[in-house]
Amino acid sequence: MKVTIRNPVRREIALDGSLKVHQLLAHLNLNPESHIVIRDEELLTSQDIIGNDDAVQIVSAISGG
Amino acid sequence: MRCKKCHKKASVELRRHNTSFCPIHYIEFVSNQVSRNIKKHNMFTSANRVLLAVSGGKDSLALWDILTKQGYNVTGLHLKLGIGNYSLKAAEKTRAFAETHELQLIEYDLESEMGLGVSRLSKSIKRAPCSGCGLNKRYFFNKLALQFQFDVLITGHNLDDEAATLFGNVLHWQEQALSRQSPILESTHPNLVKKCKPLYTLTEREIASYCLLLKIAYQEEECPNAAGAHSLLYKDLLNRLEVQSPGSKQQFLQGFLSKIRPSFRSQETVTLNECDSCGMPTTGQVCSFCRMWERARKLTDPKLVNGTSNL
Repeated sequence: MKVTIRNPVRREIALDGSLKVHQLLAHLNLNPESHIVIRDEELLTSQDIIGNDDAVQIVSAISGG
Repeated sequence: MRCKKCHKKASVELRRHNTSFCPIHYIEFVSNQVSRNIKKHNMFTSANRVLLAVSGGKDSLALWDILTKQGYNVTGLHLKLGIGNYSLKAAEKTRAFAETHELQLIEYDLESEMGLGVSRLSKSIKRAPCSGCGLNKRYFFNKLALQFQFDVLITGHNLDDEAATLFGNVLHWQEQALSRQSPILESTHPNLVKKCKPLYTLTEREIASYCLLLKIAYQEEECPNAAGAHSLLYKDLLNRLEVQSPGSKQQFLQGFLSKIRPSFRSQETVTLNECDSCGMPTTGQVCSFCRMWERARKLTDPKLVNGTSNL
């Protein structure tokens, strides 16, 4: 799967196989409380499965100083 | 995972409420939360003139969207802070939203009015950028709300902001700050406008989800000055706790507001004077805003601090 982390620093990662959303976030060490996973403009929940051929984006919701 | 209301596929999961919603019912949930907060605390009514501090980020744009759809009379106030490209992009997002939705927007440029933006000001007075930035924002939001005769000033502070602020205030036992922490601050002086935070029960992820579902184009980029800020550390700590124990942030804040803050309020004995320099409320003789800018004028080449403001 192709993973694009949009912010705070944009980066792209390629991963093999399929994963549930919560597994993907754990794999990337991203807190599910502060990140949103999007596929084809659809927001995904923790149990949604991301297929090997899918492309997803991850948005960090944290802001402020 | 299915929507609690219609059983269609869910898009947003709310573990702290043990529920999930499809896009339509999630938008409804967020709107209802804001509506409930406004009514619960008598924040304002549709008869009031409301000024919303708009940064161009998710919180303020979401709040503008929600309140406009609910029929409130809300004008945006965007303070151009002079933080390089970050501020330019913030102004672009704010203007674009206002133009698309045909909303009234007041823009105030700190650099042209005062001679220095936040970045140069912080270097000049050797003070952390966030500290000077916060002071400028609080001062001008209040001053402009008074100048344009608004009934209430609202901000997009969310549950994460409020829980992180509370955490910091408790960690350092900031009694004065704790006594003032509330989703609503009534006017206690003729030069102090009423302030409200209608998003205080919604988390950052919930508000970002609202914007993403409605395709509200907000500034995702983080302020370059925020790196290393204590508030981000506290948010991270609280979110780690939240994952293990959903609802912790809400319980922390709501518990403080319902059980602890009333005892602080009963001890409040703050007398407000008018600043000798600008006339705005202060507990001393000269307010912290005027002291900060006086220091900037002393430490900076006077040719650089040549704003148009007569403050």
